[in-house]
Amino acid sequence: MVKVISAAEAAAMIKPGSRLAIGGFLAVGAPEDILDAIVEQGTNDLHMIVIASDWENRGVGKLIQNRLVKSAQVSHLGTNRTIQAQMNAGEMDIELVPQGTLMERVRAFGAGLGGILTPTGIGTIVEEGKQIINHGGVDYILEPAIPSDFALVKAYKADKSGNLTFRKTARNSNPIMAMAGKITIVEAEHIVEIGELDPEEVITPGVFVDYLVQSKEVTNG
Amino acid sequence: MDKRQMIGKRIAQEFKDGDYVNLGIGLPTLAVNYIPENVHVTFQSENGILGTGPSPAEGAEDKDMINAGGGFITALPHASFFDSALSFAIIRGGHVDATVLGALQVDGKGNLANWMIPGKMVPGMGGAMDLVTGARSVIVAMEHVDKYGNSKILKECTLPLTAKGKVTLIITDMAVLKVTAQGLVLQELAVGTTVEDVVKATEAELIIPDVIGTFGD
Repeated sequence: MVKVISAAEAAAMIKPGSRLAIGGFLAVGAPEDILDAIVEQGTNDLHMIVIASDWENRGVGKLIQNRLVKSAQVSHLGTNRTIQAQMNAGEMDIELVPQGTLMERVRAFGAGLGGILTPTGIGTIVEEGKQIINHGGVDYILEPAIPSDFALVKAYKADKSGNLTFRKTARNSNPIMAMAGKITIVEAEHIVEIGELDPEEVITPGVFVDYLVQSKEVTNG
Repeated sequence: MDKRQMIGKRIAQEFKDGDYVNLGIGLPTLAVNYIPENVHVTFQSENGILGTGPSPAEGAEDKDMINAGGGFITALPHASFFDSALSFAIIRGGHVDATVLGALQVDGKGNLANWMIPGKMVPGMGGAMDLVTGARSVIVAMEHVDKYGNSKILKECTLPLTAKGKVTLIITDMAVLKVTAQGLVLQELAVGTTVEDVVKATEAELIIPDVIGTFGD
């Protein structure tokens, strides 16, 4: 059984300096209640691993707006002027990572791999300072796994053993981030009893999940 | 015909029945309106869907249904949803037949720069580097010159690259250029545009074949 806790209890586990792998794509599939609780508690100096910096008032944009993030590994900042301003002012240390590479690096950590070889970024500034490995006549960049302390994930349904399903394009990075947290906290729209999810429909097995939070947002169908 | 629509219409002719295609935001998405009825193309959006359908009617938007540009979408009956790692396995693994993207600069060697202007604009590469690296054909769709009238098709890109040597075709409001090992071949001219117009608006060397097609009528 996975423990069901409040968003405030989830946020209280996160300390200044924690590394957070956060699900969502342009705030769709973002664990908004847990993010709100972090903002409320004012936990700062966070490192954020996320696809995009979302919008100023939605998704991880709320952490940025409240100056809680000191560094990030992220692929896209285009929708959020605040993070670009903080980066240009030298207030935030940002590693821009191609989106597919970011996902595989996070997945690698969850899968017990040291890193991955990818052709993405060859011949660009992304390869600078990195080891290039030629395999089968093709150049690949050695990209290291990205560790995190906490994965913060949004699911559609969770059963009480932590098995998860997701809804439509809100799935996005959530199953990947869920694999990579030393502690994985899932905000779910529906928390159901064991037996209510068909094992065939489970996307993320409960082995990856430590805590569940009931989301305020509940979609049906 | 409006020149952006003309580019959109010309992009659509590149797709074959059964193709899987990823369209960048902006100009490339105009192609959707011009795909012939007998050509069935499945569109991917890198946030995790194959089989995106038209925009929903106002009031029928679903909070969990967006494309990679953040716009609301619908799903066609043959659609599938998947996570972001799988989405980029599809892209990087060569399973997408074509990707169409805009560019800040492109050059005669098929290099593309479209993700940053140092000191000015750093939105991040998002999925563009993976798309350009992995898609089987990489089509750049853009206006031939920038708003100051400078050529965007250069001998060599000066901005940070998105990928090296991956562009296969360039479609602009003036011409269609094929990227070959020998350089850029002027394949087609937009109606009303001359070879001289294109040469003048292109910094890169052009290979001018004996027979040149036209588009945009």
